[in-house]
Amino acid sequence: MSSIGTGYDLSASQFSPDGRVFQVEYAAKAVENSGTVIGLRGKDGVVFAVEKLVTSKLYEPGANKRIFHVDEHVGMAVAGLISDARQMVETARSEASNYRSQYGIPVPLKYLNERVSMYMHAYTLYSAVRPYGCSVVMGSWSEHDGPQMFMLDPSGVSFSYFGCAVGKAKQAAKTEIEKLKLADMTVKELVKEAARIIYLVHDELKDKQFELELSWVSKDTKGRHQLVPRDVAAEAENHAKQSLADIEDSDEGEM
Amino acid sequence: MAASVINTYADPCLPEWMNAPHSTGTSIMACEFDGGVVIGADSRTTTGAYIANRVTDKLTKITDHIYCCRSGSAADTQAIADIVTYHLNFHRMELGEPPLVQTAAAIFRELCYNYRDSLVAGILVAGWDKKKGGQIYCVPIGGMVQRQAVSIGGSGSSYVYGYVDANFKPNMTKEEAVKFVTNTLTLAMLRDGSSGGVVRLGVITEAGVERTVILGDQLPKFYEG
Amino acid sequence: MAFMGDVLNPLPLWQNGPTPGSFYNFPGNASLGPVGRTVQDFKAHSANPITTTTTVIGLKFDKGCVIAADTLGSYGSLARFRDCPRVLKVNDLILLGSGGDYADYQYLKDIIEQKIIDEQCIGDGLQLKPKSLHCWLTRVLYNKRSKMDPLWNNYVVAGIQDGEPFLGAVDKLGTAYEDATIATGMGAYMATPLLRDALEKGPLDEESAKALVRKCMEVLFYRDARSFPRYQLGVVTADGVIVEEPVELKHDWTLAHMIQMK
Repeated sequence: MSSIGTGYDLSASQFSPDGRVFQVEYAAKAVENSGTVIGLRGKDGVVFAVEKLVTSKLYEPGANKRIFHVDEHVGMAVAGLISDARQMVETARSEASNYRSQYGIPVPLKYLNERVSMYMHAYTLYSAVRPYGCSVVMGSWSEHDGPQMFMLDPSGVSFSYFGCAVGKAKQAAKTEIEKLKLADMTVKELVKEAARIIYLVHDELKDKQFELELSWVSKDTKGRHQLVPRDVAAEAENHAKQSLADIEDSDEGEM
Repeated sequence: MAASVINTYADPCLPEWMNAPHSTGTSIMACEFDGGVVIGADSRTTTGAYIANRVTDKLTKITDHIYCCRSGSAADTQAIADIVTYHLNFHRMELGEPPLVQTAAAIFRELCYNYRDSLVAGILVAGWDKKKGGQIYCVPIGGMVQRQAVSIGGSGSSYVYGYVDANFKPNMTKEEAVKFVTNTLTLAMLRDGSSGGVVRLGVITEAGVERTVILGDQLPKFYEG
Repeated sequence: MAFMGDVLNPLPLWQNGPTPGSFYNFPGNASLGPVGRTVQDFKAHSANPITTTTTVIGLKFDKGCVIAADTLGSYGSLARFRDCPRVLKVNDLILLGSGGDYADYQYLKDIIEQKIIDEQCIGDGLQLKPKSLHCWLTRVLYNKRSKMDPLWNNYVVAGIQDGEPFLGAVDKLGTAYEDATIATGMGAYMATPLLRDALEKGPLDEESAKALVRKCMEVLFYRDARSFPRYQLGVVTADGVIVEEPVELKHDWTLAHMIQMK
């Protein structure tokens, strides 16, 4: 951390001499410490999978969810500080609701993403506020536009993706995602892959407990964002555990 | 359109014009066809029985692919059309693509509903978008909205509902639709004293709009016994 | 739209400009208008509905409720819109039927639908229950009537409340009641006796309830001048809500042969 002590990292409203805004970079660090979140865009929809780290055994199962509904047709998976992320969800929800009441149709994801990105970006401009310590992935599916997915980071930058990963093990997850033929796969196939990747990149030594959260929005769900049904999720999770066990077996075999 | 009184109370303290009727007579129509919509209107604007303008254009552009046919108070509908145009231009810039006809209809509805007690406006919103093709939305006085395959409005329309129901066919060709709209409006103009003049037409397709006019002496002939 | 204020409290249409009539209202010269009033203090309110729909029928049966309403939007006596659906699935527990001004119905429908989306976003699996919606409607409608600007509707709320069928009505003044049979508008006069009569003869099952409601729709078609032979039927049971596609009513005019023509 070469920036520490230089004085240029104390405010989001000041550049460092080499043109960086350190507060924004620190916010990105907050995201890197979070459980891994992946989003996969297939041919008929989008799948979200989250490695939700459980930091205490005293939490109820399902506490501190990281996948949210924004509107009927939009889902959001979040990485980073959960309280910051919840505020982004609120912002997105009110944008979606306003669009509906003004224009009488569901908000196009491209437009929603732009609005949320603008909001996120505004918090990188002033000394009185700190940037959001979270990244969010938004997805939707519609008959006319097909599947769409965007990822937004603390700097306010966002892109559309075929597949994306953010959080602790984003590098390992991206390597796995790149092996998939995303454009040819259905959400049913992608759910299994998503679960497998989360199990694969999970670091058992550093983070003991985690919960797998899965959701999708696809042609089969009629464009509604839903949590993946319990039986389908359980099957994907079993498949993930099995393929992880297979890898471990073959590793032992080589030895 | 027939004269109507919007103020339900007559307060002698108010200026006389506050209680005066809005005089507006019209025949307007929109019809879906294979690939777009045809819109049409007569050209008469009246103040009482006097024809204030005999060559009015009641088909108003909202965006390149969305038009509206106005009936009711000329002042009210022009103001509403201006507001919606402003909103849609802004919306197009934010969206980065042409707005949907449904979006235009939603804004018209919002205005006509919220201010239904002060407005006299019956509007047909018609246009083409890449999502649903040619569409017509009817926004009548109370501020509801309804999509229709064919719609007529204004005082003249009451004389030709039967003609429209008897002659409308889904998926007409452009030529059939233009003929149908011309005939309907001509018949309406013949029976409605508040409608008349020329028939102004617009054909909206993916390519944009094509405007034409049929002069009063070149309209189709019908029984006039 | 930002310039219009929020959904429930739109801003005045004409603002930031001279008040209509203000050129005559010079300061200190109040005699031109009522004392202390400007023209803006008066506001016209919808004296009557414009595009209207007629009767809604609601009926309880042993395991749920059924609601029926035709699809006509009348413009005075003109049968202007023939495709005005007004039986609404609110969620898995509630069916809503509406009669009266269709614009007001569309307005409230949008608000209710956003309420349901907000609820789904919370994602705790809890759902609005029919009694709650019924009560909420009484508050909204009573509030609007108290502003001398009523929503000109009759609402029929049907649903499943804690496993039991619920059926309630609210009118434009916010007056509300629950009953095993509800019919609004002309139906109150002509369908209510038929429905109550059938119910007195014993409990109904789903099929007989539907048949009874269909019979009422037929009678109303014969005797209500604002009715239409195409209608929608909705059923709510513990299994969920089903709103049928509009169906055509079968009507019987053989009675005409019994009139001696001279």
